[in-house]
Amino acid sequence: MNWIYNPWPWYLSGPLMALVLTILLMIGKRFGMSSNLKTICTICGAGKVSSFFRFDWKSQQWNLIVVLGVVIGGFIAANFLSTDNTVHINPEVIYDLQSKGFTTAGEMYMPDLLFSNEVFTQPKELLLLIIGGFLVGFGARYAGGCTSGHAISGLSNLQIPSLIAVIGFFIGGLTMVHIIFPLIF
Amino acid sequence: MRSIIYLGIGVFFGIILFKSEAASWFRIYEMFQFKSFHMYGIIGSTVGIGIIVTQLIKKYAPKSFYGAPITITPKEKGFSRYILGGILFGLGWALAGACPGPIFALLGAGYFPIIIVLISSILGTFLYGIVKNKLPH
Repeated sequence: MNWIYNPWPWYLSGPLMALVLTILLMIGKRFGMSSNLKTICTICGAGKVSSFFRFDWKSQQWNLIVVLGVVIGGFIAANFLSTDNTVHINPEVIYDLQSKGFTTAGEMYMPDLLFSNEVFTQPKELLLLIIGGFLVGFGARYAGGCTSGHAISGLSNLQIPSLIAVIGFFIGGLTMVHIIFPLIF
Repeated sequence: MRSIIYLGIGVFFGIILFKSEAASWFRIYEMFQFKSFHMYGIIGSTVGIGIIVTQLIKKYAPKSFYGAPITITPKEKGFSRYILGGILFGLGWALAGACPGPIFALLGAGYFPIIIVLISSILGTFLYGIVKNKLPH
């Protein structure tokens, strides 16, 4: 059973994610994480300022419970199912990232530069996280879905809109990593 | 009872997201550098199996475990919103290194700065709701 404690290979992780999609479909639900962000807005009273948020959030309560489970799953995986959280990325990428100031590349799960607790007192890194999160939230709702809703659920349903969205994800991601990163790191 | 099932699915998904390293900022960066097959293997095999499962369900239209018919409503046709929204999402995904599912998994895993990403993603969603009617869709 030692494999559980090691990083899971793609040929195990991918089919397991497909199983999650299948179970959700079989209980009559759609796989989509970002719609929870909209539901949270609605619960916080966003319906007062935009009709976009006026819907019965109780109909989405199931998805909030799923997301609560994801938080618990992350806790369990990090604390009880891992002996070593190091992500062994390609050595070329480690070299590239270290030259950009990501000194812990190849030694940790997340880069210290952006995800250590010191970030709370570092204006530049804090701003980058705020911008990143903002774009994720805004873009996901504009596109009508995120990685789970479009790339997994949508492509599985052979939807052209999802294919367009996924192409957009990659245009954005490649632009960030290849054009904007050299300017900011 | 159903709540327990939803919670269980979430826990399972959260564990997969963390253990597959799909929630790692480094893996997302590496993916956009085309320097590893890992992320493409995960997404590719998920979608490959997902296509088969979804088409089988649509063809044989079974009822859900709860007896209600399964309906898969396709996304509305369009181009602008998908490409523009997609690009904005992609920019954020590469910068924060996390999409909405992993954001929640990382919160549980104890990477507290992800709270900043979560709150700002909620604000981004909120702003979209405000300016929605002024954007091309």
